[in-house]
Amino acid sequence: MKRLMGILAVAASALLAFPLQAQTPRYGGDLVFPVPSEPPSYDGHREETFGLIHPLAPFYNTLLRVDPNDPGGTKPYPSLAESWTVSADGRTYNFKLRRGVKFHDGSAMTSKDVKASYDKIIFPPAGVGSSRKGQYAVVEAVEAPDAYTVRFKLKYASGSFIASLLSPYNFIYSADILAKDMHWYEKNIMGTGPFTLVEHVKGSHVLGKKNPDYWDKGKPYLDGFRAIFIRSSSAQVAAVRGERAHIQFRGFTPADRDSLKAALGDKITVQESAWDCILLVAINHEKKPFDDKRVRRALTLALDRHQASTALSRIAIVKSVAGVQVPGTPFATPPEELNKLAGYWTDIDKSRAESRRLLKEAGVPEGFSFTFTNRGIPMPYEPLAVWMIDQWRQVGLNVKQEVIEPAAYYGTIRKGDAQVFMDFQCGYIVEPDLDMYKFLSADRNPANYGRYTDRVLDDLYDKQSRATNVEERKKLIRAFEKRLLDEEAHYLMTLQWHRIIPHSSKVKGWQVTPSHYLNNTLDVVWLTQ
Amino acid sequence: MAASKETLEGLAQAESPRARWLQAVLDFTWQRPLGAIGAVIIVVMVLVALTAHWLAPFEALATDYGAMLAAPSAQHWLGTDAYGRDVYSRMIFGSRTALIVGLGASFIGATLGALIGVASAYFGGRIDLIVQRIMDVLISFPLIILALAVVAILGTGLENVILAIAIPMIPRCARVVRSSALAVREMPYVDAARAAGFRDSRIVLRHMLPNVMAPYLIMLTAFLGQAILLEASLSFLGLGVQEPVAAWGLMLRGAAVEFAETAPWMAFFPGLAISLAVFAFNLFGDSLRDALDPRLRTQ
Repeated sequence: MKRLMGILAVAASALLAFPLQAQTPRYGGDLVFPVPSEPPSYDGHREETFGLIHPLAPFYNTLLRVDPNDPGGTKPYPSLAESWTVSADGRTYNFKLRRGVKFHDGSAMTSKDVKASYDKIIFPPAGVGSSRKGQYAVVEAVEAPDAYTVRFKLKYASGSFIASLLSPYNFIYSADILAKDMHWYEKNIMGTGPFTLVEHVKGSHVLGKKNPDYWDKGKPYLDGFRAIFIRSSSAQVAAVRGERAHIQFRGFTPADRDSLKAALGDKITVQESAWDCILLVAINHEKKPFDDKRVRRALTLALDRHQASTALSRIAIVKSVAGVQVPGTPFATPPEELNKLAGYWTDIDKSRAESRRLLKEAGVPEGFSFTFTNRGIPMPYEPLAVWMIDQWRQVGLNVKQEVIEPAAYYGTIRKGDAQVFMDFQCGYIVEPDLDMYKFLSADRNPANYGRYTDRVLDDLYDKQSRATNVEERKKLIRAFEKRLLDEEAHYLMTLQWHRIIPHSSKVKGWQVTPSHYLNNTLDVVWLTQ
Repeated sequence: MAASKETLEGLAQAESPRARWLQAVLDFTWQRPLGAIGAVIIVVMVLVALTAHWLAPFEALATDYGAMLAAPSAQHWLGTDAYGRDVYSRMIFGSRTALIVGLGASFIGATLGALIGVASAYFGGRIDLIVQRIMDVLISFPLIILALAVVAILGTGLENVILAIAIPMIPRCARVVRSSALAVREMPYVDAARAAGFRDSRIVLRHMLPNVMAPYLIMLTAFLGQAILLEASLSFLGLGVQEPVAAWGLMLRGAAVEFAETAPWMAFFPGLAISLAVFAFNLFGDSLRDALDPRLRTQ
């Protein structure tokens, strides 16, 4: 009996130990992943595309990063800064830097490098591009009181400052190089990251190999990586299906997921998440009759978002009905409250009746025609356009779609000739300041293509940004959302994107998050074989 | 008796134009059965396009998210697409787009080409040299490449697609018509018209153009099939007509590709319609060429 118990105990402990053993990272192997677009330049501070992040993030570190194991993609995690403190008035942040960090050229990374990098991002000299400068308007100065301390002084206390430092684009560059040439990093790659550059063959691939002097001892696990530039989504799927690539970090469609799973079974692991991207319908307030808020409200009331959520999620990379925050995240409006806003009602007949009434009241005749301008990217721009045009048809509007090729799209939109058109919002982290900045009056945000001025909305934004109490901030965000989407209907939300990553089951240590800009440093990723 | 025979012969000679047309159609059918089959398909296609509103059981744009990707059934004869739209209805309405673009582009391309070809042949000399070198440059681009370039400049949409397809057809028609017009230019009646002091435009439009109708009609019918295929290609590439307009090429792209394995009907039936239409126009065009070409007429 004792012997039997002993055998059972050994078997039980072996069974218990198995999952742990299976999760022990393995060293070696090269990760291969397709990237659907290529970096316009190598400078992360300047660029805004995942085409830069996916192949180049492994060469760099940032001051802070998002916890690579946090599926919400919001938890701050140390990177080059190992800890930080905030002053009592919330206006001074001190970051203690890690010692022993080296750039790939062998030079030591110190606070002067962090200061030079952030000065370039926040206070770029004339002629130096910085895409996220506006997000750091709260910063008064960046200081380096000693070699391993960086201090940020703010103009006022901000609840979103730490979140803004989690940007994966804020690569830390060498101060010495920047002092010589502020444009050097546009054409060269040299960071402190877990991988060093082997080569970038334009139109083909980026090759990286393990950095043997990486500061985080024992990492990375991979010997290297190969990012292959493949535009065609069917070719990307074919690469994963043929086991010539392990993963594509942006996302595949539901049909791609199903076909990969059917073809490869257990060899494919699927990770899914709400995606911090949404297509918006911008309405040009300078064009009649869209200057009338009744017409704008009619447009949103005609949409059955709840039905679309169920139906379109079968064929497109969209899913949840959303307001100004990604559903399920801390500041998102709960569904029962969101459903009270115009265009979110669950009774679509009542909603469409109200839409027709408003159109009539505004003097818009039955069969009124207008052009919906869309961007020439099939997924998910086309399915959403087809859906909306049909929804508007059901309230008596006759809508024609005009598609403009992606490179020329925003140039056309900025001219202000379009009436109603598709716009988008994608974030690297779910944070109200970053997500709602888009909707400020046109004189505060040139990317507001609706061309409206709404000081009430601006005021609500500023108040929520400075609110340090979470519940108070939530209230202000709700008020902002109601004014934006219901009372004024400045913009229309479509459906929140849904991120689907079917990847080789050999890939471990990678966690999907709501942002396709996160978790691309690859230091914690490993391959089972 | 003799008088009545003369009367009958006279009647036969004075046969109505309708009877002559009927005889010509019967002769064409008898001598060129493949061309006749093509013509029948074209007639059916035209009738379907004209009566689409009565023939189609559903509206072309009506979505039904409860019936997405439904297989062919009694309710949806050819199944539904990714938005639950009836494939059969969209194919019927799609024939309109194909014919509008096909006829529009062919007519514009062939007519402008014929005018340029005749004028070039009539004026000759340096004008002919310059016009023909311009035609050489345009003709050196494959049809689809030139059409793509035109769409890139003008943008997408039905009207722009018609122009994009018509422009590459102009030099091809101009070249063929010019060769016939060169012979017509040497005819005594052209010299007579010139001697009578008629203006150049009158000679070109009234005396030369009607005499190059045979190559013009052949080019027109030959272009029809090509135009339908080009429209489908451009729409397939996302550069032609845009959703939610019903068009065969458009029905082949997007979700039709993505769901090709699970919902093959989405691509199969529009593909079949394109093939059949192009086949019909090519058969008819070839037969018409044979019938109108004096060298082949006796064969």
